Amino acid sequence: MARLIGEVILDLQNVSLSFGGVNALVDISFDVREHEVRAIIGPNGAGKSSMLNVINGVYRPQAGEIILRGEHFRQMNPYKAACAGIARTFQNIALFKGMSVLDNIMTGRNLKMKANIFQQAFWMGAAQREELEHRAKVEEIIDFLEIQHIRKTPVGRLPYGLQKRVDLARALAMEPQILLLDEPMAGMNIEEKQDMSRFILDVNDQMGTTIVLIEHDMGVVMDVSDRVVVLDYGKKIGDGSPDEVRGNPEVISAYLGASH
Amino acid sequence: MIYRENGQFKTSYAADQQIFPILQDRWAILGILVFAFVAVPLLADEYMFRAILIPFLILSLAALGVNLLVGYCGQITLGAGAFMAVGAYAAYNFFIRVDGMPLIGALLLGGFTSAAVGVVFGVPSLRVRGLYLAVATLAAQFFWDWAFLRIKWFTNYSSSGSVSVSNLSLFGFPVESPTEKYLFCLAVLVVFALLAKNMTRGAIGRQWMAIRDMDVAAEVIGIRPMYAKLSAFAVSSFFLGVAGGLWGFVHLGAWEPAAFSLDRSFQLLFMVIIGGLGSIMGSFFGAAFIVILPIFLNQMLPWLGDLVGVSISTAGVSHAEIMIFGALIVFFLIVEPHGIARLWSTAKEKLRLWPFPH
Repeated sequence: MARLIGEVILDLQNVSLSFGGVNALVDISFDVREHEVRAIIGPNGAGKSSMLNVINGVYRPQAGEIILRGEHFRQMNPYKAACAGIARTFQNIALFKGMSVLDNIMTGRNLKMKANIFQQAFWMGAAQREELEHRAKVEEIIDFLEIQHIRKTPVGRLPYGLQKRVDLARALAMEPQILLLDEPMAGMNIEEKQDMSRFILDVNDQMGTTIVLIEHDMGVVMDVSDRVVVLDYGKKIGDGSPDEVRGNPEVISAYLGASH
Repeated sequence: MIYRENGQFKTSYAADQQIFPILQDRWAILGILVFAFVAVPLLADEYMFRAILIPFLILSLAALGVNLLVGYCGQITLGAGAFMAVGAYAAYNFFIRVDGMPLIGALLLGGFTSAAVGVVFGVPSLRVRGLYLAVATLAAQFFWDWAFLRIKWFTNYSSSGSVSVSNLSLFGFPVESPTEKYLFCLAVLVVFALLAKNMTRGAIGRQWMAIRDMDVAAEVIGIRPMYAKLSAFAVSSFFLGVAGGLWGFVHLGAWEPAAFSLDRSFQLLFMVIIGGLGSIMGSFFGAAFIVILPIFLNQMLPWLGDLVGVSISTAGVSHAEIMIFGALIVFFLIVEPHGIARLWSTAKEKLRLWPFPH
């Protein structure tokens, strides 16, 4: 099925972010179109993760604007971002260690569960119904990511690669429109990377989810992404299709340190 | 060999989500309930009820409340005793000032008052965490200790500062004899334990645990830390308030603020740490450990002394009791920092395979 890349869904304009005297992001603008896979690349410390944190409101930029489906935001906050359908995974896995895989993924359904605390305490009415409905949805995601065998295991006991997958599952449980993936393949071996790439493409293809991806593995980035933004020391130095970016002299010098 | 779920297949999510998914567990719990409701009242004597069983039941309820907040939501509190006091005094005031207020109504209103107070004193948790939060909740303890001692309205201007209730009854049945009090406390505890279990296995429990385990990720998923933390404070204080009411009304009958001092707060915190943070079962284990062990040592030491030909004085016994108790707590925390509940679940894991480990 050919994916139809749609209109601009998320537009960042002149975003600047600094921590004290350190300028993490300087005047960065780029947009993300619906249904595309948009990669953000750059050397360590380039401000890639900060960029994602700005998009879903963990960091508040000092300047700039975030336009989400035509709605202008000066800053986001995590709750607003989650309500607006933005989900993310984390570079250093941020799963809930004391909970089972199933419970971790169920937390992703949190925003869709409306039963009040009394219904929950008595396990009646809406509470009971919701637990069953959302469990069914969560099981679909578990099937999709092929983690049926570990659904009752506490996540702390899982190997790294599977934890990354559970992290993705939890984000998918939100049924997001925009999915931010922060180095989903860091520290994985080749098979795990292949699996993860397949899942990411499947999510994009079958669910139509727009994906913003940070990744260091250039092979993966060039294969899966539609457009690439390149950051270096908080500045944007390249933007375009993978091929354009690959040919960009500034990008080459940032990555390879070419002599001037 | 007997304890295993072989052949018990779940065909619906409802069956998979029940509290005790394993058949043997369901029978065991049923057995324990029947034993507690039918056999214990026939077997136990008055001393057992007064000194061991009733305190155990009420402190289990309080420990459950503390565990919801500390174990499930990860917010440390040193004000548990204060919330018990608020529950007890609020229930007392509702009981004497409102004509015809039934016992259960007063206890529940005491719980709700305590919940409201808990929310107020939980507000610092939005900004501070860990030890700093513990110190902030300590303020609740000092404030309410002071308030119930100095503000005479709370104690209905009684000259001694001590308050008392009598003629307790429930739907026309008296709650006066030790057996009746025991059954009443047991019924309350069973209901509240069920409520606690339902909350912790449902959406609100997952919110609490998410905040405990990784608050940034929880926020990103759309959990509001304010709602999650304050609801944990409210529910926890509600449990503590009802437990405080029971402690005052049913166990003590007449009490003064010292009944809910800082010692009580520490005792409850020790219970959940020793019993197992984040475990309903652990709250019971912790309460049993802290309530029963000192009494057990008290009885055992003179007997042991006689055995080796040494007579121990009463004072010596109570000193030794405290020392051994302290040593046991330290030993226990080193051997199993996750509490008795973890030992219990490890034992269950082992039992599932025994005697054929492969």
